[in-house]
Amino acid sequence: MSGVLPRLFETPLADLEPAIELRGVTKSFTTPSGSTYTALKDLDLRVAPGEFCAIVGPTGCGKSTTLTLVSGLEQPTTGTVEVHGEVVTEITPGVGFMFQTDAILPWKTVLDNVALGPRFRGTARSIAETAAKDWLRRVGLSGFEDRFPHQLSGGMRKRVALAQSLINEPAILLMDEPFSALDVQTRAIMSNELLQLWDLTRPAVIFVTHDLEEAIALADKVVVMTAGPGGTVKDTFEIDLPRPRVVQEIRFEPRFVDLYQQIWEALRSEVDIAYSQTTVAKERVA
Amino acid sequence: MTMTIEKPVVSDDQAQSDTVQAHKSRMRRRRLVVHLAQLAVLVILLGGWQLFVGSDQTKIILYGVPSGIVGQLVTWVIDGTSIGPLWNQIFVTLEEALIGFFIGTTLGIVCGIALGRIRFLAEVFGPFIKVLNSIPRIVLGSVFVLAFGLGIESKILLVIVLVFFGVFFNAFQGVREVDRNFVANATILGASRWAVTRQVVLPSAFTWIIASLHVSFGFALIGAIVGEFLGGEQGLGQLIKQAQGTFNANGVWAAMVIMAIVALIAEYLIGKLEHRLLRWRPPQLSGPDL
Repeated sequence: MSGVLPRLFETPLADLEPAIELRGVTKSFTTPSGSTYTALKDLDLRVAPGEFCAIVGPTGCGKSTTLTLVSGLEQPTTGTVEVHGEVVTEITPGVGFMFQTDAILPWKTVLDNVALGPRFRGTARSIAETAAKDWLRRVGLSGFEDRFPHQLSGGMRKRVALAQSLINEPAILLMDEPFSALDVQTRAIMSNELLQLWDLTRPAVIFVTHDLEEAIALADKVVVMTAGPGGTVKDTFEIDLPRPRVVQEIRFEPRFVDLYQQIWEALRSEVDIAYSQTTVAKERVA
Repeated sequence: MTMTIEKPVVSDDQAQSDTVQAHKSRMRRRRLVVHLAQLAVLVILLGGWQLFVGSDQTKIILYGVPSGIVGQLVTWVIDGTSIGPLWNQIFVTLEEALIGFFIGTTLGIVCGIALGRIRFLAEVFGPFIKVLNSIPRIVLGSVFVLAFGLGIESKILLVIVLVFFGVFFNAFQGVREVDRNFVANATILGASRWAVTRQVVLPSAFTWIIASLHVSFGFALIGAIVGEFLGGEQGLGQLIKQAQGTFNANGVWAAMVIMAIVALIAEYLIGKLEHRLLRWRPPQLSGPDL
């Protein structure tokens, strides 16, 4: 753990008051046909301030639901979700959310999109735009201020989304497979840039992904979830790889391979269960 | 060596600009052919009509004749119509159509978005709107003429009623089709419900609303004309009614030509507005415009 968070005076992350804490969280939805679907069951999760936590798990295990609960977009059916010690009942203040699909507004220019956060919070236009330009420079999009999203590449749109989230300087950043739509090379580049930007303000991050390599390369902690319905935490792995990391190269380190094998061991059976569920469901349909 | 490499590059450039030129002239020729074909269709239709009717007075009374229609238009422009100068008639009809169109559109957008955003309102008013929409609204024209007289008000009301529903249903649907991620994202970025409505829902629904404006303006003209027809003193509808009453088929057709011109101009302006409001959209797949 040494050297990971020097400004926190080497305090083990686990001892800090958690930035995010979910206790015994169950979330059920009513399906259109009237039955209930339990997405999460008895989920416990703690993320320390400044900690980068990745959640991996098979399709349909409730990873994304966890994020919507932390953001306050949804409320848990039972259990509590706390952010900085406060129970979440509405949209959590100081939270940033990056969606899997593009969620930047297509009818606003790049600059207006990034300036949205401050504008919604009542900042004057000129100040918001100055801040937006600053963030666009940080994500490498200076000169693209007047473009509309459809004129940008997928990677560039992700950068806009990143700047749009980070301009609010969130203490918590929630990311729902943000780079899954990108090609492999762009994805690696974006992952590196994410780590550099994360280092600027060090928010607590929950990063949901299918990709175990991505999870290990980015995170301080990888949480493996069980197959849904009723997903919960199966196991947690501390990632003690030194920072700063280079995402493209870290996967060749022996320690990385080691961790990958350990975590995959835990993940594999869940993936098998999830897969057999989908095939059974398919057979039933057929 | 360098020479041999450079040379093909130059001729390559030349070849490319040649292909571009060839492509352009091919496109020009194609356009010309299309226009000629259109002209031919027009000549066949109008010429056929003219030949079919000929100078047979009965047929002229029954069907009208292209040369007579042109004559009627010239007379109207120079000498005015039986109910006053032609410009006045056009102005009155346009006034009714435009005022009704703006009020109806505004009401449609406001109500559509309100009901789309506020579930309670949708549940309360949904059945009423369904019932109102299912009655043949054109009949309300008679009610309005009886209640509000032969003036401009009864026509404007009819136009509003005709325009409102189309715009309303499109706005309502547009609100429901808004990408939930956009709303979630804006909400997390700190937008109030009102800010979400204005900055996310409204622009998103505009794609739907604009589509309905094209149809609605047609309804606005129909509303104004039918209103005048049902009872009025001025306007193109009255002109048509008078022409019909005096067995002047040419007059009916001439009024229709005027309306077509007005409708085409309006269509052009709405197209401009659409382009302006929706310039954030990626260019649409190209193909013949209708």
